[in-house]
Amino acid sequence: MKKTIPLAITFLAGFYMILAFFVPHPIVANSAQEMQSWEIIIVAFTLVLGIGNLIFVHAEKIQRRRQGWFYSLTLLVCLAFMMVLGLFWGIKEGTAYYWLYDNVMAPLSSAMFSLLAFFIASAAYRAFRARNKEATLLLIAAAIIMIGRVPLGSWLWQHVPFLGAKVPALLDQVTQWVMEIPNTAGQRGIKIGAALGAVSMALRMLLGIERSYLTTGGN
Amino acid sequence: MKKCLIVLLAAGLFLPALAMDPPGNLQVRDVPNDDGRSLILTWDKAAAETADPAAFKGYRILRSETAGGPYAEAGYVFPGSLEFTDNTLTPGVQYYYQINAVTFTDSAQTAPLGPVQSSAQWFNTARANILIAFLVFTGLILLYIYKARHGADLFVRRIAGLSAVDEAIGRATEMGRPILYLPSGGLSAVSDIQTLASLVILGRVANKAAEYDTPLLVPCSDPLVMTLAQEIVKSSYMNAGRPDAYRAENIRYLTNEQFAYTAGVDGMMVREKPAANFMIGTFYAESLILAETGYSTGAIQIAGTAMITQLPFFVAACDYTLIGEEIYAASAYLSKEPVLLGTIKAQDWGKAAVIFLILIGAVMQTLALKFPQLGFFAGWLMPR
Repeated sequence: MKKTIPLAITFLAGFYMILAFFVPHPIVANSAQEMQSWEIIIVAFTLVLGIGNLIFVHAEKIQRRRQGWFYSLTLLVCLAFMMVLGLFWGIKEGTAYYWLYDNVMAPLSSAMFSLLAFFIASAAYRAFRARNKEATLLLIAAAIIMIGRVPLGSWLWQHVPFLGAKVPALLDQVTQWVMEIPNTAGQRGIKIGAALGAVSMALRMLLGIERSYLTTGGN
Repeated sequence: MKKCLIVLLAAGLFLPALAMDPPGNLQVRDVPNDDGRSLILTWDKAAAETADPAAFKGYRILRSETAGGPYAEAGYVFPGSLEFTDNTLTPGVQYYYQINAVTFTDSAQTAPLGPVQSSAQWFNTARANILIAFLVFTGLILLYIYKARHGADLFVRRIAGLSAVDEAIGRATEMGRPILYLPSGGLSAVSDIQTLASLVILGRVANKAAEYDTPLLVPCSDPLVMTLAQEIVKSSYMNAGRPDAYRAENIRYLTNEQFAYTAGVDGMMVREKPAANFMIGTFYAESLILAETGYSTGAIQIAGTAMITQLPFFVAACDYTLIGEEIYAASAYLSKEPVLLGTIKAQDWGKAAVIFLILIGAVMQTLALKFPQLGFFAGWLMPR
């Protein structure tokens, strides 16, 4: 029973959503829309679970004076402070909550995102070392694209003896060819495979063949 | 002289009225394959628009439930367009329409057209191709499940990233350091099929981690994913006969803010120095930040995603990468269960069918340059 009921719910709900994809009639479409609204409501309620877990994990850390407990205390104080601000003074533009989000949270996120530029450089350095045949191909393709897609690249190309001056459009053509033919073909291959894989996975779950997500001890 | 002026004035007053004709050929038809809330109106260009486009303002679409009115404005169309889709209708209700051509000085409207009503369809014929593909694919899956149950030998190629799972867990055990498992990035939800595929792999990883008594850390960006991950890991520990080793606090919620989550996970990588990092699921811009931080800590890294834009980052920064479909094949590959392997085999045949259709489509589209009637195939094949 512990397995059968969740499997039956998964089967019915899943196939009903598939049916709704093919049937535009309001009798089916409206109820499917309603089910999606339920999902949003349920997800909103689960945030309480998340906050509960956060408080539990960090409160325990503070209680046991584990290493870095002071950071946990900072987190809980900030969490409580923001909650009080939001609950009593609102979260609209012009409130303290909004100001703090805009001037503390958003810049911190941007700073984190900006690290990506440095990580791209370090990852590219490792990836482009011509250690084997594949890495060499990657290096050549990347070099062509980088030179072809930056303004400095076209200026450099014009100064390449024999080639750049005689065939100025060649670099652009090669860049475009690499992007549109091998790159697009590779991407589409992955996309088709992934789409079939996703359908196969979904069917395995709907038909009850894949059950490990039900936490009943594997299949 | 006075008489002349009066004649000229009279002519000036009556000329615009004479020039303004309503648009002709007003037609209304039901929108196909919809939920019955829309009608499409088409009409011919008004003479005033052709005569003086600069002075023409557009067309007002007037709607009423009775022929005699009152008519209310249902929409407005700017010059150049001769079609309007009214998608605010109630199915089954009868409507009357008029089109009002408007210039800066005058307007003229058609006679009422009606009664017309929209209707809902029970099948979206534009998606018939998808239904056929779905039924064929489901049939293939059922066929291979049947074959697998009757003892057919099903070969599945080696997937390096999945074969390395045991190696990564073993390494963490030998080094006495934890395993870090990310079931998704900072923006995904449990409804995402990649997250579900990742949770299935988490179950296998947790089983091994429990057997080897290696701590498993699972930071989550979605509370529902956290709850599911806790249950899966707990269940795996119980299956391995080590319920005492399960630590609920190791499967924790961080935040659903993308880069705050990234910062949190990076902090865990740097502080707790896991020896094996698994990053499987939906990832966005955080993928490379996480993978590079993991690389800097010296961990063995296995990543997997179907996000095309993030795959190059994982390939560059991780030891093993599960590319696209491989993350969906993981549970079958790791469990070696014949029924699950059967679905992977069906997937391969599905790919073969897609390759065949692409080849046929390419040939027919090429031939369609000479014989246009062959162009129907690509049109039918393209999903709408």
